[in-house]
Order: sequence, then structure tokens, then C-alpha cells
Amino acid sequence: MARASSNRRKTVVTVLAWAIGLAIFFPILWTVLTSFKTEAEAVASPPSFVNFHWTLENYAEVQSRSDYFRHFLNSVIISLGSTVLGLLIAIPAAWSMAFVPAKRTKDVLMWMLSTKMLPPVGVLIPIYLIFRDIGLLDSLIGLIIVLMLINLPIIIWMLFTYFREIPGEILEAARMDGAGLKAEILYVLTPMAVPGIASTLLLNVILAWNEAFWTLNLTAAKAAPLTAFIASYSSPEGLFYAKLSAASTMAIAPILILGWFSQKQLVRGLTFGAVK
Amino acid sequence: MGEIVLDQITKTFGHVQVIPPLDLQIDDGEFVVFVGPSGCGKSTLLRLIAGLEDVTSGEIRIDGEPATSTPPAKRGLAMVFQSYALYPHMSVKKNIAFPLKMAGLPQSAIDEKVENAARVLNLTDYLDRRPGQLSGGQRQRVAIGRAIVREPSAFLFDEPLSNLDAALRVNMRLEISELHNSLKTTMIYVTHDQVEAMTMADKIVVLNAGRVEQVGSPLDLYNAPRNLFVAGFIGSPKMNFIEGDMAETHRATTIGIRPEHITVSTDTGAWAGVVSVAEHLGSDTLLHVQTENLGTLTARVDGEFSVRHGSRVFLTPQDDKMHRFDARGLAIR
Repeated sequence: MARASSNRRKTVVTVLAWAIGLAIFFPILWTVLTSFKTEAEAVASPPSFVNFHWTLENYAEVQSRSDYFRHFLNSVIISLGSTVLGLLIAIPAAWSMAFVPAKRTKDVLMWMLSTKMLPPVGVLIPIYLIFRDIGLLDSLIGLIIVLMLINLPIIIWMLFTYFREIPGEILEAARMDGAGLKAEILYVLTPMAVPGIASTLLLNVILAWNEAFWTLNLTAAKAAPLTAFIASYSSPEGLFYAKLSAASTMAIAPILILGWFSQKQLVRGLTFGAVK
Repeated sequence: MGEIVLDQITKTFGHVQVIPPLDLQIDDGEFVVFVGPSGCGKSTLLRLIAGLEDVTSGEIRIDGEPATSTPPAKRGLAMVFQSYALYPHMSVKKNIAFPLKMAGLPQSAIDEKVENAARVLNLTDYLDRRPGQLSGGQRQRVAIGRAIVREPSAFLFDEPLSNLDAALRVNMRLEISELHNSLKTTMIYVTHDQVEAMTMADKIVVLNAGRVEQVGSPLDLYNAPRNLFVAGFIGSPKMNFIEGDMAETHRATTIGIRPEHITVSTDTGAWAGVVSVAEHLGSDTLLHVQTENLGTLTARVDGEFSVRHGSRVFLTPQDDKMHRFDARGLAIR
């Protein structure tokens, strides 16, 4: 009796989980399907699910109209660059907060987090003007800096959580063994925190890759990443659904694949320290 | 060389002074044990010497040189931690080699020293393993190996054996003593276990609430404790304390007599009582005796002594082994 009801519950939960999963995934699936339709079929009503004339012409068209690889390369440079720069700043910061906390360390951490609650549009004008005056508009360096800054609180928080799990005695042992601060961080702390640093890196690459507000507002052509590439196919008249879908598919594919292969690492990173 | 002098050092955490002004002289080559109950400041004192904590005031001198503000890496001391604190991502070999690598030795010299240390500590077969693949005793030996390779001027041990089981602890105690005999390097050893203190030390420093209660050789402390605290802390089982009229007849506020200095008889003696618990250990027998007007006293008899709960016994203290203390708890000599 009990076993039958627990089995039934399991079935219900499984079906529900699949239903929710598919509902969340559906827009992505629909985008991918639409990218293989003609523009006419893309807006046809009722829409056809798979029974349409499959074509690759949208991809060819998108590639010939705007250079995918240049945008792709910009996205890679911006997301990796901002993440690596962020890690270089965040590792020492998280080290000091985790291992030599001061009276106000908690407040500093909260303050950093609070900057994430500010709507970015609130600082768009000042940042735009500053970037214009120092010549960082539409430059990869400028985007790397701005994306690094907006993700820095998250990088520091994640690393801080990881570092706190490392026993302080091991770092003290390194100090007793003659390691200076640099050697301590380089040879002892960082290798021990590699899983944490890896998931922080992955998450931030994904965040930076998907970031659309700053990348759209601070670029024109030269430094435009894939977000701008997608946006260039979105017009108010909505005439280019199929091409927009093709551009979106090409833009999200790399990060989707990266996320797929690293999901184990990511989940571990996001829940680390939450359960002990 | 390894002479360490603490000159009026203090340590304050927030508003709490954990070490009041403290002077201590540790001579080159000595095996010094800091012993005291939990929270007495012994580990803090060791960490001050190591440089892992900053002193609030006072001066630390190592080999005559002021070292108060020298970072731990530059003090030339090696430390063995209670948790071993091995580098989990490095092999045993790399763990032991780490201080040498930090010192910038050439690889050939590093290899030679690591091999020597591994041979001395029976770790040769485990050099390629990670700490996670070793037993507690082996990890402890790696931690000691990492300390000895760099030939420090002094070794600091922070309760190194408290994570080991009883049998292994006795073994490691002997190994550390042997190591001290062969290296003749200063060792400072922190423990709350007075047996470790008695068996290993040249000099014991008894600490209580950050204060040094007494400094002396193990037998000095055993035979002539300076006050009630030391008398009660050193020796196992603990010294019996008797107050009131009986103490006054000896012209003291408190008298102390160790369990091994009480003669037990079933027919006659000074103090009559009833056995509440008898612990038969084979080699000796510990009797907890409820006396008529002196409270519960513990007596220790060599070998087997056949009494049980409820047996009537007589206790006679050896008068020349009696310790007398005044109202302030200080020994009367």
C-alpha cells in the first residue's frame, strides 16, 4: 500500500518535473525551430511544429549580412577578459575577507552586494559620458572593465564562500614554512580552491556572455559582441523572425554547450557552502 | 641555535587580556612543554612565538635578535599543528619539500633532504601519496618531516598528538622524544595532557588563565608544586586536598596528599572510610574512599588490592609527602 502510493507520488513528481523543464526549454526549442523556417512560415498561423520546409538560408543570410565570427570573437574576448581580470582582483580581496576579516568586513560584503541592486540604467548616463571622454566607447577594453565591475561583487562573494571552507591552519602552515603572501596565495590557496575558482569562472563567463544592457549601450560596431549581433535583427515591424532566430541560435549555442558540459561544476559552485 | 626569550609580553583580544605580562626564558636545545587546562592561553602563547598572532606589548627575542615584528616566515621556526595542516593537493614528497622550495634551495639538495627525512620517519614508501591516503600517524609524521627538513632553530608543536588514538599517541610520544635527543634542537610543545608533559619535558611551564603558575623540571613540579593549581594539575590521579581541622593540625589552610602516598590497610590506619569505587587496573588499584569526615579521597595501591564497593578500609598518609598550602593557595615550605 505504502509502496504503491510512494510510487505514484514519484510518477507524478517526475511528470511534473518534465513538464516544467519542457515549458522552460520550449522558447529555446521554438527559436531553434524557427531559425530553420522561411520568413513566411515563421509568422504563419497556425504555426507548424516540424512539418515545414527546412532551410539553412537564414544562417547563410545572417552570416553574409553581418560577420558572425567577429561578433563571436568579441564576445569571447569580453567575457573571458572581464572574468580573468575580475578573478585577479577578487582572489586577493576574498582572501583578506575570509582569512583576516576586520570589524567591517561583513559591511563591505553587504555594500558590494547592494551595488547589484542598483538599476544599471541609473548610472548609464554618467558611465556613458565618462567612457566618451576617455575614449572607451565601442572598445573591447571598455566593455571588459565595465562587465568586470558589474560582476565583481558576485565573483568576490563566491570566492569568499569557497575560501571560508579552507582551514586557516593550512595557510598558517604555509606561512611557517617560509611562504610570503604571494607564495601562499599562489601555491597553497589557489590550488586548493581550484573547484571553486573554476565554477566562479564558468558562471561569470556565462553572465558576461549574456549581458545585454551595457554591451548594447556602449558599443556601435567595432566592439559589438553577439548580443548586438542578435539585436540588429530585431526590428519593431517584426519582419525578420526567422533571421532573428538564426542569429539567436548562433549566439547562444556556444554558451549553451559550455553550460551543458560544465553543469556539474556549476551546480556544485552555486550550492557550495549552502549545505554542509 | 634556538634560544627564545619572552620579555613582558601581553596579548589582548578586544577587551579581554588573555596573556597578562609574561616573562619566559627558553634555552637552546631545551624541550619545553606548555601545559594547562583548555583556554589557559598556552596555544595563544605558542602562536605569539610563531608570529601567527601579534603581541599586544612586550618583546620576543630569538637567539638574541628582536623578533617581535618579524613575520612568521622569517623567524626560522617550524610548527606542527594539531590538525597536521598538510597541503591536501600535494604529494607527501611535495609537502615535505615545500619549506625548502620556499627557501629557494636547488632541486638536487631538496631531493636529498626529503629522502633523508622520509627515511628517518619511515615515509619512503609513501612519498607519492596524497595526505588523504595516509593514516593519522603517517600524516603526523609528514607534518614532522615538513618541520625537520628545514633545520629550524626551534620546533613548535601545538597539541600534535591529540587527534591520534591512545596506542599511537604513546608511540609518537617516544618518536618525538627520540627526535629531540638526536636533533638537540629547541622544542616547544603545547599539550593539555599532563602525562605528555611529564614524560617528554626538560622543563614544564604550567599556565593558568594566561599566567605562568610555575616553571620547572617535571619532578620539581611533582615534588614541590608552588601552589594549589600546580599541585592539582600535575600528577595522575589528582592530588587529594583536605581543608578544615585536619589541615589546621598541620598548621595550614589546605593540605595535599597524592594518591600514591597514602597507605591502605583493611585493619588499621589514621583515617577510616568506605570504598565507593575500586578501579582494578592490574598493575595498580585505584580506590575512591568515602571517609568519615574528610570527604572522598583517592588512594593508589601497587598491584591488586582485593576490596569492593562497600568494603571498609583505613588510609594512612605518608607524613613526609604531605604538601601544605596557606590561605592564598601558596605552598608553605
